[in-house]
Amino acid sequence: MNSANNQQPLLEVKKLGVTFTDEKGSLQAINEFSFSVEREQFICVVGPSASGKSTLIRVLAGLLPPTTGEVYLHGTFLSQPRQGVGIVFQKANLMPWRTVLRNITLPLEIMHIPEAEAQTRARDLIDLVGLVGFEDWLPHDLSGGMLQRVAIARSLVQDPELLLLDEPFGALDALTREKMGTELLRIWRARKKTVLMITHDISEAVFLADRVLAISPQPGNIRLDLTINLPRPRREEDRFTTEFVKFTQQLRKAIE
Amino acid sequence: MKELWEILKRIGFILISVLIGLWLWRIFTAYSDIPSFIFPAPDEVWLKFLSVIRDGSLFYHTMVTLQEVLWGLFLGLGAAILIGYFLAKSRLIERVLSPYIVASQSIPIVAIAPLLVIWLGPGIFSKILTSALIVFFPVLVNTIVGLRSVPRELYDLMKSLQASPWQRIIKLEIPAAMPVFLGGLRIGATLAVIGAVVGEFVGADKGLGFLVNVGRGLYDTSLVFVSVFTLVFLALGLYGSVVFLESRVLSWQKKNNGH
Repeated sequence: MNSANNQQPLLEVKKLGVTFTDEKGSLQAINEFSFSVEREQFICVVGPSASGKSTLIRVLAGLLPPTTGEVYLHGTFLSQPRQGVGIVFQKANLMPWRTVLRNITLPLEIMHIPEAEAQTRARDLIDLVGLVGFEDWLPHDLSGGMLQRVAIARSLVQDPELLLLDEPFGALDALTREKMGTELLRIWRARKKTVLMITHDISEAVFLADRVLAISPQPGNIRLDLTINLPRPRREEDRFTTEFVKFTQQLRKAIE
Repeated sequence: MKELWEILKRIGFILISVLIGLWLWRIFTAYSDIPSFIFPAPDEVWLKFLSVIRDGSLFYHTMVTLQEVLWGLFLGLGAAILIGYFLAKSRLIERVLSPYIVASQSIPIVAIAPLLVIWLGPGIFSKILTSALIVFFPVLVNTIVGLRSVPRELYDLMKSLQASPWQRIIKLEIPAAMPVFLGGLRIGATLAVIGAVVGEFVGADKGLGFLVNVGRGLYDTSLVFVSVFTLVFLALGLYGSVVFLESRVLSWQKKNNGH
């Protein structure tokens, strides 16, 4: 990697706007988002429902073309899905007919990577997300938390630079959710990815992120771009410190 | 080991039920004075069966019908899958074609079969076509329902992974639509036999449907019984093959039922 490239932010969003139009009229989901994300940063985007969070992820993933504005990844214009971006959806979104291992190798199969190599890479990730012994299990037989672990492993298997997470723990119970947050930080530390995660849980955002973007709904507007300078590695107990609470209050006020 | 025992037990129950049925049939014919050309006793049917086996005619006619059924199934499936795929993908094509498809379903197959015989002749082709026509609709509907049941999120996943259209079909659409599709095939497989027999009834000089007609004309009721039983076995065999296929292809679903 050359140094010139490194000075550029990994992801740049410029005056991004998305408007949905159908027979009934038009709905502005996102209004002029501008932000950039540095390499290896962990960014959380928080906002109430219908604030265009998922729309933002779909645009960044190249699944939805923006109405106005541009997205640059690595300084190049992004207009369609591309390699180097991993996605974890709200639901684990696994193929029920594939085993854990074969769900994780799917992205590599699509890239025509030889099976032996694909399996080695998948097994590495199974180890990382703590699913050793479950390689041949089917999704039906796994719990919600385990399913999301598989989804995270699948999103990492192409070794992407940017990881997009769309409320990945939204469907989990509170305890599993906190545990998965800690797990995610461990994985992030191990693999040093740039992460952009959508959540509606302010406390989760503060706990995980280097920086939190607070969005207001209808149309989505960035209200606050807050740097969370809490020390790392973070622990569960950090949630009860005064600084932590101060951050959450600031964000809450910005959204309301 | 335990599974084998379960299978044996099930076969045992079927055997017992069949034996009881045969016994009741035997008793009924022995103690009633219905003449055998109207309702033959099981032993007469059995003797007839042995005689048509010996002269090879049962095998010959069964192979004719089987051939019609398999070709009909093949053509009906092919057309249903192909058209079903496009109907599932495009609302426009669906709107254009659906009136014809629904209309064709409101015509009983028995009513079109004579037309097909007039157009295609009394040979095997008219039977293949009646069979294919009757197979077509349930498989078509299930193909469409199966494809429409593929979750949008999985399409997003394939798109974000930059899968080619071919990879999307092979790795997502076919396996995801398979359970519903095989449900349609299960119905289609038994209907294929009915289709072929309807065709044979209208005009044919060979096949099990023809044999039923011959038996009826000669008041050889035992021959009718033998032909009908053979048809039942044919249909059961086809149905069983689809069920077997299901258990192999959909083994991933089976585990789910345990919960």
